[in-house]
Amino acid sequence: MSKRITVDPITRIEGHLRVDVEIEGGHVKKAWSSGQMWRGVENILIGRDPRDAWAITQRICGVCTTVHALVSVRTVENALQLEIPVNAQYIRNMILLAHTIHDHIVHFYHLSALDWVDVVSALKADPDKAAALAQSLSSWGGNSKTEFRKVQEKLKGFVGTGQLGIFTNGYWGHPAMKLSPEVNLLAAVHYLQALEVQRYANKIVAILGSKTPHIQNVAVGGVANALNVNAQSVLTMERLLAVREWMLKLQDFVQNVYLVDVAAIGAFYADWTRYGRGIVDYLSVPEYPLDGKGAQFAQPGGHIADGKLDSFHAIKSYGDPYFTDGVSEAVKHSWYDYKGGNDISLHPFKGETKPNYTDFQDDGKYSWLKSPTFYGKPMQVGPLARVLGMLAGGHEGATKYATHTLDLVSSLAGAKVGVEAMHSTIGRHAARAIDCNVHVDELLRQWELLITNMGKGDFATFNPPEFPKGEQRGVGFLEAPRGTLSHWVVIDSGKIANYQCVVPTTWNAAPRNEKDQPGAYEACLVGNPVADPEQPLEVLRTVHSFDPCLACAVHVVDEEKRPVVTVRAA
Amino acid sequence: MTKNVVLGVGNILLSDEGVGVRVVEALASDHWPDNVELIDGGTCGMELLEQLEDLDLLIIVDCVRGGRPPGTPVVLRGAAVPVFFRTKLSPHQVSLSDVLATLELTGKAPRHTVIIGIEPASLALGMELTPTVAARLPELLALTRGELATHGLLAGRSA
Repeated sequence: MSKRITVDPITRIEGHLRVDVEIEGGHVKKAWSSGQMWRGVENILIGRDPRDAWAITQRICGVCTTVHALVSVRTVENALQLEIPVNAQYIRNMILLAHTIHDHIVHFYHLSALDWVDVVSALKADPDKAAALAQSLSSWGGNSKTEFRKVQEKLKGFVGTGQLGIFTNGYWGHPAMKLSPEVNLLAAVHYLQALEVQRYANKIVAILGSKTPHIQNVAVGGVANALNVNAQSVLTMERLLAVREWMLKLQDFVQNVYLVDVAAIGAFYADWTRYGRGIVDYLSVPEYPLDGKGAQFAQPGGHIADGKLDSFHAIKSYGDPYFTDGVSEAVKHSWYDYKGGNDISLHPFKGETKPNYTDFQDDGKYSWLKSPTFYGKPMQVGPLARVLGMLAGGHEGATKYATHTLDLVSSLAGAKVGVEAMHSTIGRHAARAIDCNVHVDELLRQWELLITNMGKGDFATFNPPEFPKGEQRGVGFLEAPRGTLSHWVVIDSGKIANYQCVVPTTWNAAPRNEKDQPGAYEACLVGNPVADPEQPLEVLRTVHSFDPCLACAVHVVDEEKRPVVTVRAA
Repeated sequence: MTKNVVLGVGNILLSDEGVGVRVVEALASDHWPDNVELIDGGTCGMELLEQLEDLDLLIIVDCVRGGRPPGTPVVLRGAAVPVFFRTKLSPHQVSLSDVLATLELTGKAPRHTVIIGIEPASLALGMELTPTVAARLPELLALTRGELATHGLLAGRSA
């Protein structure tokens, strides 16, 4: 007999992500990923001024405010064929880079690490041995014995009393937790240090974006930052130098702590390179434009078929028809109906959003997410797709950090681990750490590019847009922390006539498509071990490795602690 | 000097969900002392961490679901304020309880935390509050001003 588990953590309102798995013989046999909230946010935009769209789209999502703002202005600029000053590109690039670095650090240490790290076990560690281990792995300044003893004392204060307090909800002592007490302590120390370091990324976004949490500096046509080497209340040299100091602090942490921790944890959980493969068709877009129109980029992006890097087909520029013609969305298993029938898929410009809620039907409709495909195939997007795209496209930094990470894992695990191991749950974490290192280096490079260009006397940051009569169509794409994000706009005589967002988590968390092919989460969960159906930690590990984010944030105070998992025999 | 924050949270695209942000917008038309910061937190989580460190008073204005009649104001303080890490699938579920737990962990928790909320009537798509909640907005503002006043923080009217 099989067991059915439903993981549905949002209990007060019907929102967010629900994952159902059918377990037989201790492994996942079948999985369903369901978006539990209708995201009709695009409808709010119809009839509005395209110059205002970014300020509204950045409210779609509490985690990804910045990326929706940035891609929205790219989309409208694409519709108008508007070039922007390179200074504006550099400033936007730095905001996106810093945002992504922040997101990756917080995701790994705050959201994912506790899937692998047992905080309670860290109390049993010998802090001196743990510090010695940390020092053998990296030259990071925060690995002293004093620091390790201090953190262990602190943790004892929180969990040693028997009242777990803030850590009530962890899977402590779960049979799938395999790190030694010393490695657990090492990770806990770095978890606390990550909370200190993440602030630098946030400060960079705040200074360049004029405000945090919602940036205010972007505009269709460029950015609203006035550049001036001396004047107050604009982006001065003094501020730019402060920003560079924060970049260097981030670089120290992601090179010497984040990447090393992922390699160490990956080596101890080497069996997790066997799980979570799922879909190995990868999609990414080129990122960090180096000119005003988006024809040259710092990082390549494109499509990889069947996990083979030599199949890489690059997407070359904004508006490249290889991307814009390839995307379509199906609703056969989603709570919508298409006028032309539900066994077709539609291009975003022809997208229809007519709801048809049926309740959760295993073989019918079960999600508010549509199912996007690229030339008819489901894709995986995200840092793994991005890193593989960069490797395939010959990106120097990605190659360097991927080689370094895999070498480190190999030496710690005592066995050769190659690129093929990255098509996995733990591989997605490794890819994110590699991606984060590439991003930090790129952040420093974009800073140099801005300063160099200002040194030539170019201070331009804005080209005013003009809206002609008649219809224009635009597509904007961007590599968000979680992967490829695209906005699609139809403008009619200066007003928005249609707006669609195809977000990274829609690609990854998609339900089955019109050909009944599963989405990335669904495919990746099949074969996952589950030791204890009441505590499906292993399911969370694979889902968390994608850094899920449903673009429909709701944020209500919950007065109660409720269970998040229901289990029934099926 | 003390450090105090009024944090309005919620999604302004989902009608009453955005009530916290609307309260903060309304307070911004008063002139507050330098040690009072008004923050439109939207639906953000960990991005807010730094601005919430080492506060004397944190007032969170939000919509609160507790099964009361729609439009009922709610004040939560002390042990009623949720402070714990939640099991989650996505960072959207990094709720305020997680942010508060993180501040606890780093030893930077506010000395006083108060949640001022209101039971929503609707979380449907739309940028306006429902009439039920909009009608009670003055009460929420008065509760927030009152809480600030008990800590000696008073607004001067702006010109």
